[in-house]
Amino acid sequence: MYNFDFVKPSSIKEAVEALGTEEAQALGGGQTLIPTMKQRLAMPAKLVSLSGIAEMKGVGKNAAGELVVGGATPHATVEREAGDYPALAELARHIGDPAVRNRGTIGGSLANNDPSACYPAAVLGSGATVVTSNREIAADDFFEGMFTNALEDGEIITEVRFPIPQAANYQKFEQPASRFALVGVFVAKLKDGVRVAVTGASEEGVFRWGEAEKALSSDFSPSAVEGLSVSADGMIADLHGSAAYRAHLVGVLTKRAVAAAG
Amino acid sequence: MPKDHGIGASSKRREDERFLTGVGNYTDDINLRGQAYVHFLRSDVAHGKINKVDTSAAEAMPGVVRIFTGADFDGVGGLPCGWQVTDKHGQPMQEPAHPVLAQGKVRHVGDPIAAVVAETAAKARDAAEAIEYDIDELPAVIDMKKAVQPDAPKVHDDLESNLCYDWGFVEENKPAVDEAFEKAAHVTTLELVNNRLIANPMEPRVAVGDYARATDESTLYTTSQNPHVIRLLMGAFVLGIPEHKLRVVAPDVGGGFGTKIFHYAEEAFCTFAARALARPVKWTASRSEAFMSDAHGRDHVTKIELALDADNNFTALRTDTYANMGAYLSTFAPSVPTWLHGTLMAGNYKTPLIYVNVKAVFTNTVPVDAYRGAGRPEATFQLERVIDKAAIELGVDPIELRRKNFITEFPYETPVAVAYDTGDYHATMDKLEEIADLSGFEARRKESAARGRLRGLGVNTYIEACGIAPSNLVGQLGARAGLYESATVRVNATGSISVMTGSHSHGQGHETAFPQVVADMLGIDESMIDIVHGDTARVPMGMGTYGSRSLAVGGSAMVRATEKVINKAKKIAAHLMEASEADIELKDGQFTVAGTDKSVAWGDVTLAAYVPHNYPLEDIEPGLEETAFYDPSNFTYPSGAYACEVEVDPETGKVTIERFAAADDFGNIINPMIVDGQVHGGIGQGIGQALLEGCAYDENGQLITGSYMDYAMPRADDVPFYQVDHSCQTPCTHNPLGVKGCGEAGAIGSPPAVVNAVVNALRSGGHDLTHIDMPLSPSRVWQAMNA
Ligand SMILES: Cc1cc2nc3c(=O)[nH]c(=O)nc-3n(C[C@H](O)[C@H](O)[C@H](O)COP(=O)(O)OP(=O)(O)OC[C@H]3O[C@@H](n4cnc5c(N)ncnc54)[C@H](O)[C@@H]3O)c2cc1C
Repeated sequence: MYNFDFVKPSSIKEAVEALGTEEAQALGGGQTLIPTMKQRLAMPAKLVSLSGIAEMKGVGKNAAGELVVGGATPHATVEREAGDYPALAELARHIGDPAVRNRGTIGGSLANNDPSACYPAAVLGSGATVVTSNREIAADDFFEGMFTNALEDGEIITEVRFPIPQAANYQKFEQPASRFALVGVFVAKLKDGVRVAVTGASEEGVFRWGEAEKALSSDFSPSAVEGLSVSADGMIADLHGSAAYRAHLVGVLTKRAVAAAG
Repeated sequence: MPKDHGIGASSKRREDERFLTGVGNYTDDINLRGQAYVHFLRSDVAHGKINKVDTSAAEAMPGVVRIFTGADFDGVGGLPCGWQVTDKHGQPMQEPAHPVLAQGKVRHVGDPIAAVVAETAAKARDAAEAIEYDIDELPAVIDMKKAVQPDAPKVHDDLESNLCYDWGFVEENKPAVDEAFEKAAHVTTLELVNNRLIANPMEPRVAVGDYARATDESTLYTTSQNPHVIRLLMGAFVLGIPEHKLRVVAPDVGGGFGTKIFHYAEEAFCTFAARALARPVKWTASRSEAFMSDAHGRDHVTKIELALDADNNFTALRTDTYANMGAYLSTFAPSVPTWLHGTLMAGNYKTPLIYVNVKAVFTNTVPVDAYRGAGRPEATFQLERVIDKAAIELGVDPIELRRKNFITEFPYETPVAVAYDTGDYHATMDKLEEIADLSGFEARRKESAARGRLRGLGVNTYIEACGIAPSNLVGQLGARAGLYESATVRVNATGSISVMTGSHSHGQGHETAFPQVVADMLGIDESMIDIVHGDTARVPMGMGTYGSRSLAVGGSAMVRATEKVINKAKKIAAHLMEASEADIELKDGQFTVAGTDKSVAWGDVTLAAYVPHNYPLEDIEPGLEETAFYDPSNFTYPSGAYACEVEVDPETGKVTIERFAAADDFGNIINPMIVDGQVHGGIGQGIGQALLEGCAYDENGQLITGSYMDYAMPRADDVPFYQVDHSCQTPCTHNPLGVKGCGEAGAIGSPPAVVNAVVNALRSGGHDLTHIDMPLSPSRVWQAMNA
């Protein structure tokens, strides 16, 4: 790790200001950024901690009936307090280990957009809205491929608004070493149709499986996706699974998610 | 009734209190006044020619004390290899030089190029980044079979090839073995990989070198399983420091599993630099460094063939193995695929003819050496797998096939040069069938099937050679050291005792189990006895802990020293009670005169020894302290039978272990709870090897599994609750405790049980396969099902 300055503002406004300076970077729970800095792969001159900003923390509901999660809310809080959206609470409960869940935040996870991370599947699968320090971004416009997204320099994710589906479930098949998602599938039955979001599998990062969405929108049952498959083209292939294996898992997990969502 | 003290009692591990409350004293806890820190600049290419290492800019960085490169080690010895194997032509193995810092070439990712000593660890690292170096990357050899091709790039230019040795065992038996194969009614052939592992002890390696100018004495604090061995290797072969000027201390060590046996470059560097700079020098490995600098384990590629007659008797066994040595020979590397592997190929079976061929190969990878079990897991795995495959091919019950071929008479001379003293393989198999509830398996299989899961059962046996010793035997086999153990029992005036042992405890619980033995012999309370280990200045001599040798060899030395103490104490007691020495008995800490009611207590005698007012000074010296060296006449041969039940998810290939049972014969048991723990941990590591762990390099020699993101360690929820039993006991006949050793059994016996079970499960689901290479990750199992 190299030396850096550290500030801990107490409002979004102050944080945005602090991030306006050269080589400043937001710090959420530090579960990704700190290890990267220790390996000297990242070297921000200034860290702007978001953990002291009360308005960015906690889980609530807005007038539209959406579940609202503050951008600096740790996974453990979502696990405990997102009871109105059980599939989301359950997803949070299976991220990393207790230390990771007590520190890591939803904003950090989405900003980082690891292709194997869990939250991107929930956000895209729910059709959530990512609210930042200067705009609202629909989930469909937010994710732009592995480790990239619509955020601009210095833009902070302040909250995420989740419409609460009629039924939803996340199936995570763990990569044996990291226990991130080797493949994860989030299925949500919303009032205007079913959404299926897949993480871990594609070289393009989290994506929606349109064919399954269509089938499930007319028949929300495991048998509706029986026989459907995604192509192995463009799937991640590594030590832990071939592209064909990942493509196969997408089908299996989608079916299981539908069965579990009930 | 379970005993509550002494031999056979499950005394609570006294060392755990300090480990669990954070007051252990590990090497990284040692910080000396004026200490500097070293950071190693390590190669990021697997193979390369060093054109230039320019440290001038880095030397000028703040806080830099001095930067060392390979050139600073001209005239200094290289890291020695402690074992020489003779090949099948009678020639010694090819033995390359292993400089402390790379000279001329780098040979694996992680090979140290330069060492920066600075005022802080961060400054050392900053300066290391400023070193300008120029390395021409050369083609790397990673695959062993390609490495031995005539046109393969050479890891060591001055060697003839990448072949370290081609070992045949027993070479003279080969024609008879080949003939038996020609006559066989059935031959089963299996090709398999014993996957490369990274030991990953919880505590990474650390070294602190210190030098006292006043006395010209060097001290090395290090994370070692055998400080005296490090003193010998580093003092005599690398730095040229005589024993009386070199102290090596291995304080609390947080796990070793073999990988902390060896003498490493960083230890020699810190000791060397401390002398050169006349100030302490410390190195603490990061976990990433551990992955690329700790010796790895296993990494064999094997073809094994089993010949059977028409009655399914094993008639011959033939194996052909490639064993990876990595880029240099680590301390005991050559012995692992040979003497710790070939000698175990008989297993528990009376196969009359065996031939083992091993080609040890240099590659551009981290050196490979002993890892929990060392050679014996590799032997057991291939043997127990080929037997299961034979049972499949012959359509016979795998347990019956094993039972039919069990050795039943002891002592038994195997055709691979060892003699088993005791064992009862039917008894452990009987016990296994009971504790594993094998008769309930079919019902459990149906229940799994109802949930859409394939259930499989895998059973196997194992044998191991432990108590690694007989100096005369290991000497004949190529060891460049003796392998006895020493103990000093120092009785203090008040009767309390310090036992100095050459065995080293790094998780095994010696501080608890060893006092149980001495307390039992003397009839005094365990709490009066402390174990001292891990310091060449406090313990006279020692060969350390590995190969499940501590109790069998170190414990036996302790018994011998305690016997000497008892003999002398009886003389003193006889004098105090004015009786004949021959009539003195020691029981429950009281010396009595047979046939009388006279007695003196242990403490009276020990006090008399140090306050010799009334004392037979003309016959015996004051004081009560005895030393013994123990060198056994044979290895010990623990054995056992293991059963694993798995479920496979046919849609994803994910394997879960549902049940695991182990029936072991460790001879006599000192502390059953500690033995359970050793077996649990060993099985955990065996399950890790079977299902999760696998070190992988790409074709350029980059370590793909360089962190826990990709190297899968077993976690608590990967393992089931185990049924462990060690009530089958055939005591060792040649050590005074009748003990055999239990430290490696779990890791040796469990991988074949897991793989046998998975193959069995998949076959029950209609998949016509007989083998899958470890680790049986979901993707590999799925691949095998869909091949
Ligand atoms: C051992 C381990 C296991 C894990 N397992 C899983 C898992 O199973 N599934 C999973 O999904 N994840 C997993 N993670 C990742 C974890 O969820 C992290 O919390 C997450 O990736 C990053 O969140 P953070 O708050 O720690 O962000 P940080 O590490 O602080 O920051 C990450 C990046 O996001 C930026 N950033 C942070 N907050 C914001 C914000 N509010 N607005 C804009 N930018 C921001 C930072 O500048 C940085 O670039 C694991 C991590 C570890 C260490």
